[in-house]
Amino acid sequence: MALDVNGTSYEVDEEGYLANLNDWNPDVAAALAAADDAELTDAHWEVINFLREYYEEYQIAPAVRVLTKAIGKKLGKDKGNSKYLYELFPYGPAKQACKYAGLPKPTGCV
Amino acid sequence: MADFETPELFKHIHVPKPVPGSMESSGPFIAKPDHQEALGFPHELVDNWEEKAVEEMGNTLQKYRGLRVFLDSCVKCGACTDKCHYYLGSADPKNMPVGRQDLLRSVYRKYHTPAGKFLSKLGLEWLIGAKSMTREVLDDWYNYYHQCSECRRCSVYCPYGIDTAEITMAARDIMDKIGHGQKYNNEIIGKVFKIGNNLGLPEPALADTLEGLEEDIEDETGVKVELPLDREGCEILLVTPSADFFAEPHVDGLMGYAKVFHEAGVTWTLSSKASEAANFGMFIGSYENMRKISLRIREAAIDLGVKRIVFGECGHAWRVAYSFLNTLAGPFDFLDQNYPIPQHICEFTHDLIQKDKLKFDPSENDWMTLTFHDSCNVARASRMGDKPGGQFTIPRDIIKKVCNNYVDMAADTIGEGTYCCGGGGGLLTDDLMAVRVKGAMPRMTALTNVVLEDGVTHMAAICAICKSQFSKVLPYYNMGMDMIVSVHQLVSNALILTGQNSEDENEAETAKESE
Repeated sequence: MALDVNGTSYEVDEEGYLANLNDWNPDVAAALAAADDAELTDAHWEVINFLREYYEEYQIAPAVRVLTKAIGKKLGKDKGNSKYLYELFPYGPAKQACKYAGLPKPTGCV
Repeated sequence: MADFETPELFKHIHVPKPVPGSMESSGPFIAKPDHQEALGFPHELVDNWEEKAVEEMGNTLQKYRGLRVFLDSCVKCGACTDKCHYYLGSADPKNMPVGRQDLLRSVYRKYHTPAGKFLSKLGLEWLIGAKSMTREVLDDWYNYYHQCSECRRCSVYCPYGIDTAEITMAARDIMDKIGHGQKYNNEIIGKVFKIGNNLGLPEPALADTLEGLEEDIEDETGVKVELPLDREGCEILLVTPSADFFAEPHVDGLMGYAKVFHEAGVTWTLSSKASEAANFGMFIGSYENMRKISLRIREAAIDLGVKRIVFGECGHAWRVAYSFLNTLAGPFDFLDQNYPIPQHICEFTHDLIQKDKLKFDPSENDWMTLTFHDSCNVARASRMGDKPGGQFTIPRDIIKKVCNNYVDMAADTIGEGTYCCGGGGGLLTDDLMAVRVKGAMPRMTALTNVVLEDGVTHMAAICAICKSQFSKVLPYYNMGMDMIVSVHQLVSNALILTGQNSEDENEAETAKESE
């Protein structure tokens, strides 16, 4: 399967996650979101950028608690909770935000 | 998002009229060659897969005598037909336990019974319901053996005790061995071998996560509670599902275990090598993979020089641990024989409660009214403590000790007859969402009843899969995803640590911070 962005074709898996991490760029992120009828606002980008930074350091998406804490520190305590993240990413911050950030889907009992 | 219908809830669990083919599908995503490779299975469907499947079935029958008994002894009495949550939620007769068993039984009869072999020569095998191994049969196997959570509820009601889970496991093992595996399970097992856990959480990320949790507990209580990783010479090795590091409400349970260990005054550690309690080798019926996964725990225990092994809140891990660990990875003669080997975290906490070693303020949980979901593998495939039924009484005793408001769901939906959450047995994947939501119907019915009649606000569980499954499916039934909590989250809320800030101090501190 493939995702077409500005004339370039990117390989994605059965669920629409990017097959190659290095293919990611902001336009691809917007296209991945558009495929789910979602639009990326600055608030979404705060989360996506943090995920990518964390991934670069640890080769895994952050745990939900790590993410909420980081967002809380950056944007204020009222946003440092999973309710806020679920408002941004209704299908779950771990899965949906990872998808737009071009990261592999977290697997296991989550 | 959903291209399926969520079942309607009635006052009582509704037994639907069969709708043949209602859950027909091509099944979950198929494992890719590299997922298969890591587990020692063929990369893709092998050329002579029909013959190979029949041959593998023969091998499995040789190895597991119980399988032949299960395949031979069904008398079609019908007792199981309304017992499977997937049938109740989907109405597909191939999700009746007997219907599911017959998918394998028909092939077994043709190739592995004297009557089938004889009648096949005359072209009369249909007389005994025997069938050839065809692509249509394989597709049905793949689809319907991934609509069984191996929860074993049907076996409780079968007068012969036929265990459909064993049949599902055998079918999945045969499919893996002919190169037709399931992506979700096999990709995850590969990660356990490569990285150490289902999530693929590497050691530095785990260390960072644990450090964060220590900070959180200290911020909240003023007490430094450690969550050590790979610390040698501790008394206890804690083996817990990696979801406990990652997801909510799992992580709240993990912080609860840490507080209990702290308060008990024991030394303990997690291991980056055995950073996973789950053993999906059981889900795919692969003894070899189940053993390989189990051996990591033995190696970690030896490397770290611990004296005891304690398991966190994980349903099927406790089945593997309680029922099989000693034969898979034993003997555990190097551990302290004065304690259960292995021990469940609930047994550990319960024991301290019995000895009056923990101080609680149950009013911390007064804003909730709790009920408890018995997880299938704990309920029907293991035990806790030293009395029959301990796996039912021990978690409830703990909850009642730390919460003032507790109500059980209907008696035929809990205990030994508990309904599966709908996501067990390797089905906790988004590509099976229709199966998961439909299969949750019986539990959602029982839960809705106690919500309406008794004002229940939260449901506790001791299984990572149950917790994740419920957070996902509760909204489909108009309930909040945060209704599901960990048992040790409740313990954590109520536990008073020695030297803990009192509430007034906390408030004073918060006031100071905001100044």
